[in-house]
Amino acid sequence: MAFTPTKETYAGKVYPVTIGTGDSAVAFGGENVLPFHSFEGTTPNKPLIAFEIQDVPPSDWPENVQKAFEGISDDPVKWAKYCQNELKAKAIALRLVGTHPDRENRSPEDAVKTVKDVLAAVNVPLIILGSNHAEKDTSILVAVAEAAKDRNCIIGKAQEANYKTIAAAAMANNHKLIAMSELDINLSKQLNILISQMGFDKERVITDPMCSALGYGLEYTYSVMERIRLAALTQNDVTMQQPLLGDVGMYVWKVKETTASEADLPQWGSAEERGIAWEAETATALLIAGAELLIMRHPRAVGVVEKIIEELI
Amino acid sequence: MLIIGEKLSIIAKRVREAMMKKDKGPIQEIATRQWKEGSGMIDANIGPAEDGGEDLMQWMVTTIQEVVPLPICLDTTNASALEAGLKVHNNEWGRPLINSTSNDPERFPILELAAKYNSQVIGLTVGKGGLPADAEERAAIAAEIMGRAMEYGVPLEDIYLDPLVLQIATSQDHAMKVIEAIKMFQEMNDPAMKTVVGLSNISNGCPKHVRPILNKYYFLMLMNAGLTSAIADAHEMAEALNEKKLLDDVLAGKTIDDAKKMEEIKKTLDVIKGNTLYAHSYLEM
Repeated sequence: MAFTPTKETYAGKVYPVTIGTGDSAVAFGGENVLPFHSFEGTTPNKPLIAFEIQDVPPSDWPENVQKAFEGISDDPVKWAKYCQNELKAKAIALRLVGTHPDRENRSPEDAVKTVKDVLAAVNVPLIILGSNHAEKDTSILVAVAEAAKDRNCIIGKAQEANYKTIAAAAMANNHKLIAMSELDINLSKQLNILISQMGFDKERVITDPMCSALGYGLEYTYSVMERIRLAALTQNDVTMQQPLLGDVGMYVWKVKETTASEADLPQWGSAEERGIAWEAETATALLIAGAELLIMRHPRAVGVVEKIIEELI
Repeated sequence: MLIIGEKLSIIAKRVREAMMKKDKGPIQEIATRQWKEGSGMIDANIGPAEDGGEDLMQWMVTTIQEVVPLPICLDTTNASALEAGLKVHNNEWGRPLINSTSNDPERFPILELAAKYNSQVIGLTVGKGGLPADAEERAAIAAEIMGRAMEYGVPLEDIYLDPLVLQIATSQDHAMKVIEAIKMFQEMNDPAMKTVVGLSNISNGCPKHVRPILNKYYFLMLMNAGLTSAIADAHEMAEALNEKKLLDDVLAGKTIDDAKKMEEIKKTLDVIKGNTLYAHSYLEM
């Protein structure tokens, strides 16, 4: 007797989101099934991986991931071009970490220049991220949202403390918006509600429930994502049907397993392989939990995860 | 349904200040109001009360009973403060209730006090190891508390089992587990075990205007499950009882005349039952 898999049907679906313009535009989300359950319904788009670059040289990144961008990462334009042309990135996430008051404290004007230069140099869609300093991000993201007007970028991250200003800027300049809450599913839902109550189209929001690395609370991110996805699909909760973001790279490339040297921990094997594996493992786990958009750093980790996506969908 | 008036808690600023200054006025005013609103007992929560707990509890018990002919629910983790309060409690207005023993060995001696002073006692179904995961775990802890009560000579009729209400804003899945536990507790003895909840914890952390709505309908659902008593706001519970028929109609799938009220009840039931994820703005969705 032939095997017939049991099929679930779901009441809801994830909003499809398209970013970028012209031939380089790319879509993610839109499925009406749990991750990789394509046999139960439709999965019109594959999860999207964006390469992370930043406005200042990545001197704070561990050597093994810095190395992958040696001679390139001193300039965001060169870096972006390399990701697009050599690494065939489908999207780029530009993190304006240099604007943080405790870092280089770059000004909104500096940030605008970086964003304009990068946008002029590449065609692939851009995700523009602040430095996660709730107050500074309001001035930075408002300025860059305007500078990137009509390029259909993703602007982020809007948090409880600053969402009004950032959402208004994203709305005025036709961008998508990342709404981030801190590992609390109820607050994540609340933030989505508050943003939509401002008149921001809920189908233009990407939910970031806050990432964490394997071994450092990944199970919390995993279960929040999983529950959000179940609410979206099984309860048809329209406030939870946004695609989910896994901001993987910045959480992975600071833990001991990706930073400890071989000299200190020879029993852990090649430091480079270890770091790449850690990023790929974390990203894959989040894909299975429900992430549709990933921000990653190491090209080889991206390669591995893209292969997994190809094979599973 | 026994309502144990919740308002005399050290957590409330006005009450705390009155306790510190031993100012009878606010305490007696609040106690009197709760009595008039339908409380059958008054909770006196003095917190851990490590310094001067004995004096404070005695002062609270006598201050309240001076003006209100009701028994007191003595609410503290300090056993000697409890004993001091029990000594001066006026049993003419009814037997006192100790809040609480649990499955934590540190709380076992409280059963001795209950036996010695012929007091009733709340058995909070938590152990030393943290919060119970589900209704079954609550029932298992309840069984241990009941067994221990018998060893200490406290009749099961004098135990009020408390399943521990958790905040819906952070522990939504526990709302129904607590209701389930209330049903299970009753079946653990014949006559049925008495039950109690610290009701308003359900809405702790929720916006101010949402709190009474959650409190009321959660109370009514617990009542439908057979709840015996609640530490709660008597005024709010009186309102809840006025709306019981509305809630029961909605539960039975009927349409009620007041459309707005119907929406409010349906949305709140969906949140309590876990049909929709809780968010602070759930009533606006």
